[in-house]
Amino acid sequence: MLFEDMVLGRSFEDMCAQMYYRGKMFGFVHLYNGQEAVSTGFIKYLKEGDYVCSTYRDHVHALSKGVSARAVMSELFGKATGVCRGQGGSMHMFSKEHGLLGGFAFIGEGIPVALGAAFKTKYEKEVLKNDKADAVTVAFFGDGTCNNGQFFECLNMAALWKLPIIFVVENNLWAIGMSHYRSTSDPEIWKKGPAFGMPGVHVDGMDVLKVREVALESIARARRGEGPTLVECETYRFRGHSLADPDELRKPAEKAHYAARDPIVALKNYLLEHKLADEAELKSIQKKIDDLVEDAVDFADASPLPPRSQLLENVFADPKGFGIGPDGKYRCEDPSFTAGTAQV
Amino acid sequence: MRAAAEKGHTSAASLPGIPRASKLITSAVAAKSEATTSSPSTKPGHEVLLFEALQEGLEEEMEKDPRVCVMGEDVGHYGGSYKVTKGLAEKFGDLRVLDTPIAENSFTGMAIGAAMTGLRPIVEGMNMGFLLLAYNQISNNCGMLHYTSGGQFTIPIVIRGPGGVGRQLGAEHSQRLESYFQSVPGLQMVACSTPYNAKGLMKAAIRSENPVILYEHVLLYNLKERIPDEDYTCCLEKAELVRPGKDVTILTYSRMRHHVLQAAKTLINNGYDPEIIDIISLKPFDLYTIGNSIKKTHRVLIVEECMRTGGIGASLRSSIIDNFWDYLDAPIMCLSSQDVPTPYAGPLEDATVVQPPQIVKAVEQLCQ
Repeated sequence: MLFEDMVLGRSFEDMCAQMYYRGKMFGFVHLYNGQEAVSTGFIKYLKEGDYVCSTYRDHVHALSKGVSARAVMSELFGKATGVCRGQGGSMHMFSKEHGLLGGFAFIGEGIPVALGAAFKTKYEKEVLKNDKADAVTVAFFGDGTCNNGQFFECLNMAALWKLPIIFVVENNLWAIGMSHYRSTSDPEIWKKGPAFGMPGVHVDGMDVLKVREVALESIARARRGEGPTLVECETYRFRGHSLADPDELRKPAEKAHYAARDPIVALKNYLLEHKLADEAELKSIQKKIDDLVEDAVDFADASPLPPRSQLLENVFADPKGFGIGPDGKYRCEDPSFTAGTAQV
Repeated sequence: MRAAAEKGHTSAASLPGIPRASKLITSAVAAKSEATTSSPSTKPGHEVLLFEALQEGLEEEMEKDPRVCVMGEDVGHYGGSYKVTKGLAEKFGDLRVLDTPIAENSFTGMAIGAAMTGLRPIVEGMNMGFLLLAYNQISNNCGMLHYTSGGQFTIPIVIRGPGGVGRQLGAEHSQRLESYFQSVPGLQMVACSTPYNAKGLMKAAIRSENPVILYEHVLLYNLKERIPDEDYTCCLEKAELVRPGKDVTILTYSRMRHHVLQAAKTLINNGYDPEIIDIISLKPFDLYTIGNSIKKTHRVLIVEECMRTGGIGASLRSSIIDNFWDYLDAPIMCLSSQDVPTPYAGPLEDATVVQPPQIVKAVEQLCQ
């Protein structure tokens, strides 16, 4: 299961790169290659009803959480069948069904949202008196975010109110071209947890089994009501920050060092060594995933682009928010209003 | 022109704490007809100050729906800096009336996350100006999330707090954020100005599925009015016809409504018949009520407390030009605050906002 999920993440992202260079998707696309162990290691051990909150590097978090490859690929192509109807794009993946709270372009702005979901669990338990309320929220973000105010403000509130949240730092050492060591006074991020009153753990993010250990422990802790944990995963992205990044600053030696610790290769060797699977099985999983990703591309290709009438449809949950027009009727009562041709 | 002067006339309280005359026009709901709608306050009712009206609205909605909760600085044990949440923490508990640390951006984001996952939070900015720190969350998440998630998540949040120029509070505590937030798509903005509409708008905002910013004014919290005992809400998208008239349409909101009413006393005595509309909904504008008025009077004066540049008045002016150009007999006049950080000194501060004599002069000029 772990292997399959990581292979899905890797294959999907590789396909994204291909599609991008073929002009099927545009804008800023941030790929997750190399970091699969973190996503798989945590998300696969959540249960239904738990929440995940991510950043712009969110395709694989979405896939691990259960959003179908078709829905994600369509969203990337900007089609109406995308998980966000084509309105969000690469950096804004949301899924209410799967508890994916986003998909945020500005770093750090997803952490308070994750905190809110954790707050809701506590509220449900203590105010609404639902004993079964035990949803855990996992917030993923990078090393660059750990210098941002929202990070610290949320660590404080999470520990203060003992919220069921896990802060997972995907420390890949680089914030676009800013090395973690050049921007951070104390680069050991896990140390910042105890400063706020929560355990801080450092784990090898290239090893999915080690990540799993930490994940199980911190998820159980949160579910028991003991509060938040800060987990720093040492990981690496094999590609540039985004598909537009020439990735010239990182030294080849560093890249080679981490390429040798590829989490998928590591798990594969482990499985073969411990005779938990054989080559044929792993090959068939790879094939299955390849087919799945191909199918996702075909589906996305065949899907329609959003029609003009979709333009203003989701601006307000209650479209009365568009107001009352000069004729005395609510603007939303005009069926062509959502095409954006009416004046506000 | 002098005709219905006394009947439709309201004496305003431009200073806090001074009770208004009992003959009131509070036609907040369904003002589709041009005639004066009668006061919806049924005769018993009870007298409240504006902050009490807000508190009543809040308390009633919290009793009705256990998902409604409040977050903000000093809202719990302290009872709110302007007493809007007084007594609520004792009644509903520390989690439902949450005292937050001083981290506006993060606790606003937290409220957004809570709203996305099922709660109905109300965020209080101790002073509206502090919400500038939460601009990231308000613009990016509050306004945008429903759209970028393709309609999957709703954010039924209310963001409220006192703003506006007070009594020598200094520049940073005297800000008017309505102009800063008006461009954010996905937000609704309303401004309350009387205890009646304060309670009604508070309740409507809480019940709305959209994110709503409710603008209160520091100097209006002690306004007193008799409001109905029964449950009522005010429509978030409708303007309030305060005084019908036929010479000029005066569009205003929040504290300036009371300055306009004060100026109206002079104007009426001098033979003018102004139609006064409190726009209530700062975004979107109620173009029906506004339009009907313009079609009648053909002259428009906007009186606002925003700065001149990029303010609500600026948007309103362009909306009116787009929709009602043919009905105008004169250029639209707009009285706004000066483009200056509010000075501390008393006379200077008075000079930054629009005062009743200026309103009188503007109407006289407009009606020449």
